[in-house]
Amino acid sequence: MRALLLLALLLAAPRAMADSADITKILRGRYLATVGDCIACHTGPNGQYAGGRGIETPFGLINAPNLTPDSDTGIGQWSEADFARAMHEGVRPNGDRLYPAFPYPWYTKVTREDTDAIFAFLRTLPAVRNTVDRDTLPFPFSVRTVMRGWNLLFFSPGYYEPRADRSAEWNRGAYLVEGLGHCSACHTARNALGGDSSAAWQGGPLQGWFAPNLTNDARQGVGNWSVEDIVAYLRTGANARSRASGPMAEVVGYSTSLMNEADLRAIAVYLKDLPAAAPTPPAALATSDPAMRTGEALYVDNCMACHRRDGQGVEGIFPILAGSQVVQQPGTDTLMRIIISGVRSVATDGAPTSPGMPAFGWRLNDQQVADVVTYIRNSWGNQAPAASAADATRLRGLVAAAPH
Amino acid sequence: MRRLPAKDVVVIGLGWTGSIMALELCRAGLDVVAIERGPWRDTPTDFPPNVAPDELRNSIRQDIFLRPAQETLTFRNSLEQTALPIRRFGSFLLGNGVGGSGVHWNGQTWRFLPTDFRARSHLIERYGEGFLPPDNTIQDWPMSYEEMEPYYDRFEYVCGISGKAGNLKGERQEGGNPFEGARQRDYPTPPMRQGQAPGMFAKAAAELGFHPFPCPSANMSQAYTNPYGMRLAPCTYCGFCERFGCGNYSKSSPQSCVLPALIRHPGFEGRTDCQVTKINLTPDRKRATGVTYVDLQGQEWEQPAELVLVCAYGLFNTRLLLLSGIGQPYDPVRNEGVVGRNYAYQITTGVNGFFDNVEMNLWAGAGAHGMIIDDFNGDNFDHAPHGFVGGAYLAGYATNARPITARPTPPGTPRWGAQWKKVTAESYNRTANVGTHGSVMSYRGSYLDLDPTYKDQFGLPLMRLTFDFHENELKMSRYCTDRAVEIARAMGAKSMQVGYRQGPYSVVPYQTTHNTGGTVMGNDPKTSVVNRYTQSWDVPNVFVSGASLFPQNAGYNPTGTVGALAYWAVEAIRDRYLKNPGRLVDA
Repeated sequence: MRALLLLALLLAAPRAMADSADITKILRGRYLATVGDCIACHTGPNGQYAGGRGIETPFGLINAPNLTPDSDTGIGQWSEADFARAMHEGVRPNGDRLYPAFPYPWYTKVTREDTDAIFAFLRTLPAVRNTVDRDTLPFPFSVRTVMRGWNLLFFSPGYYEPRADRSAEWNRGAYLVEGLGHCSACHTARNALGGDSSAAWQGGPLQGWFAPNLTNDARQGVGNWSVEDIVAYLRTGANARSRASGPMAEVVGYSTSLMNEADLRAIAVYLKDLPAAAPTPPAALATSDPAMRTGEALYVDNCMACHRRDGQGVEGIFPILAGSQVVQQPGTDTLMRIIISGVRSVATDGAPTSPGMPAFGWRLNDQQVADVVTYIRNSWGNQAPAASAADATRLRGLVAAAPH
Repeated sequence: MRRLPAKDVVVIGLGWTGSIMALELCRAGLDVVAIERGPWRDTPTDFPPNVAPDELRNSIRQDIFLRPAQETLTFRNSLEQTALPIRRFGSFLLGNGVGGSGVHWNGQTWRFLPTDFRARSHLIERYGEGFLPPDNTIQDWPMSYEEMEPYYDRFEYVCGISGKAGNLKGERQEGGNPFEGARQRDYPTPPMRQGQAPGMFAKAAAELGFHPFPCPSANMSQAYTNPYGMRLAPCTYCGFCERFGCGNYSKSSPQSCVLPALIRHPGFEGRTDCQVTKINLTPDRKRATGVTYVDLQGQEWEQPAELVLVCAYGLFNTRLLLLSGIGQPYDPVRNEGVVGRNYAYQITTGVNGFFDNVEMNLWAGAGAHGMIIDDFNGDNFDHAPHGFVGGAYLAGYATNARPITARPTPPGTPRWGAQWKKVTAESYNRTANVGTHGSVMSYRGSYLDLDPTYKDQFGLPLMRLTFDFHENELKMSRYCTDRAVEIARAMGAKSMQVGYRQGPYSVVPYQTTHNTGGTVMGNDPKTSVVNRYTQSWDVPNVFVSGASLFPQNAGYNPTGTVGALAYWAVEAIRDRYLKNPGRLVDA
């Protein structure tokens, strides 16, 4: 941690000179902003934290605002208390409601001390003048007061309450996962109004991906992952089983790979304590099923060189498909998207290779994509519902509209 | 011309040596910019495994190679001839873009023999000066094998080379090459699994009293993580190595071993599609101030730098020094000057053996997949009865059996028509090749200079290559090819097609991309361009890398030695030059 802070100090070179207490606070804020992955959404074409990136939501595109201290277009006129209120209550200084694309339902758990530190760090950024269009949602969502009703239904403000019956490490993990980490924003399915569904931590569809189940279910969740597996994945984007790609590549690249080992362990310890919960999969399809036979032939021709005939992949570079959590989710969006358009895994200092899976959409039709997905979901002990060509058609459309 | 902010280091060319040296110097805290003539190339986007094994596109149409319109050279066999431009590359195929020729190489990763490093002294000691061929300019390397050993080791461990040691700290190891110099430890990964043809080669060679061992291979026998954290995957034996990028992360290359670690380093910047046209010097010509380059739009830029690393393909290293006026150009008539001197090539032959009732399955192969004997290489055998110096390794490779060009037929087969089709189909899987890969010495008439007539797209003179095979090499090659015939016969070949190499050398049929010399290293500024640390004698803040440093060519593929020299040189730069910038060796 100390080394990390020193390194951060060297890299950050805060603009305003400050005394050592301030520097400690600023560096802590910088680290916490990294934990919160603020940079991922708030960075657009005009620079880091300067906003302007469009965030896809089921209700429309929302542009992330400018967090630099520019007094007209950023948060230059905000006070520490204004920032804390936005984080804790989802309200801007002028009383406007924020949309939960900004994850205040999670950030509400963050302590005041921590939001103050993040604010102190944001004040050290170079001010960037960048006006962001903040009113892009269509009616009725464009009326921000509708969020009052949403908040009544789905939002309970409150700081994180440590549990006395759990270890300090567990509590640290819970604080990070449920607060700044806002992991369940993706890994718990949204209901039709964008609130938490009842199937907590069981994953769900996410803008053309399927965020996997993080419970301890052995098939669909992280039940077979050790604490060390989770730490390695978060720190480097790679472990023996899998590699981070898609939206998780961004999380690893901007956030978890820059977190300290103790916090990563705490996260893993907390996740390993989530009780197993997942829908019961149907029995695996018979190998004689026509889709399985076609899928197998396609697999041998297209996939086997890297993922191997037995689905075992190559440790640390080509994901293992046999027993894979991602492969056996209820939804097939992630698999289909990867097959159709290819994907690049994240590069980190710990695992710089960043292997890529090539696109196969140009040579497999929708039925073939479905068949090969059905095959890998029902082979080598895997069990998951068969895939449909209609889903492949839908994914192809999504990928064509937004290739990245 | 626009002038850019100065950098600590400018690297010309981002292939094996450029990427290695850039990464090591970034790690030493320097600001490094690499300027690369060709495009950016990356494994999953440029050679994904469902696109890369395209023989027509990559091998026949030469999609990934340097195009003559970008840069070519003129060629002639002797001083009396007028050189003409090469308008389609043939006998050698050069890389284009990031990764250089390290993208499309086979992966045969050798160390030169201890005696190769003291070629002249050794040969004179053993055979007397009169034994050396006429007009030779053979010279010793400026360092010993023992000095180079740690750097060979370093490069092999960055690559993850698959092989079997034959000599560990002086102890002979069963199954390895008994002739190799002592190595401190075994290869990082075990040898590849050998197939039918290499197995038959090894058995026949052993029966004849030779010493077969698996080729040291950059095609991975198993998954491997290198010291930079780069991860490689096991080779699938798909057979598309030479002339192709590897999409399976199974062939060591700058892309798979170095570049991803380099490009995320905050001290590094790379500029692609930018051709360096000149190394700029101070008016007294004693110091380089940086380089001039031209981008794709034709805009000319000046990149100032404290240190210039010349890391292009060897031939173009030589041209760049000539264009920049660094070092005295070589004059073969007076045998004076150094830049362009001691160009050498290699001499290769092959014997196709045709068999009955044996399925060779050579399509399941890889670039460096095969068994070798080194009994006839270098000075591993007594040359006194033969009247030549140098040698070759003999190889039973399983490689290159690709659908378009792999069409071996026994002698007497028609070249087209129904009979050709029938024999082709019968022969494809029942043919095994025994190859020879031989050394070429350096000679007074084999050299590089600027062409007096032909110019490139920027109006700069092309480089002129003057080269022919000499009697020494033809004799050596014939002797070694006869040994290959013996092995093919012992393997049980029913008939053979023997391709002896004849003069004159032609740039049309593919032979090998192992061009060496031109900026050779040595201890005497009268016969070398750079000193033992690869530093220019004339301009001490210019270092040169690559096979252009070799004083003559040994009977091995050069990449292992090229990589070792890059680590040797960058360590000297980091630990010696940076502490006291100036000449590392007194002239």
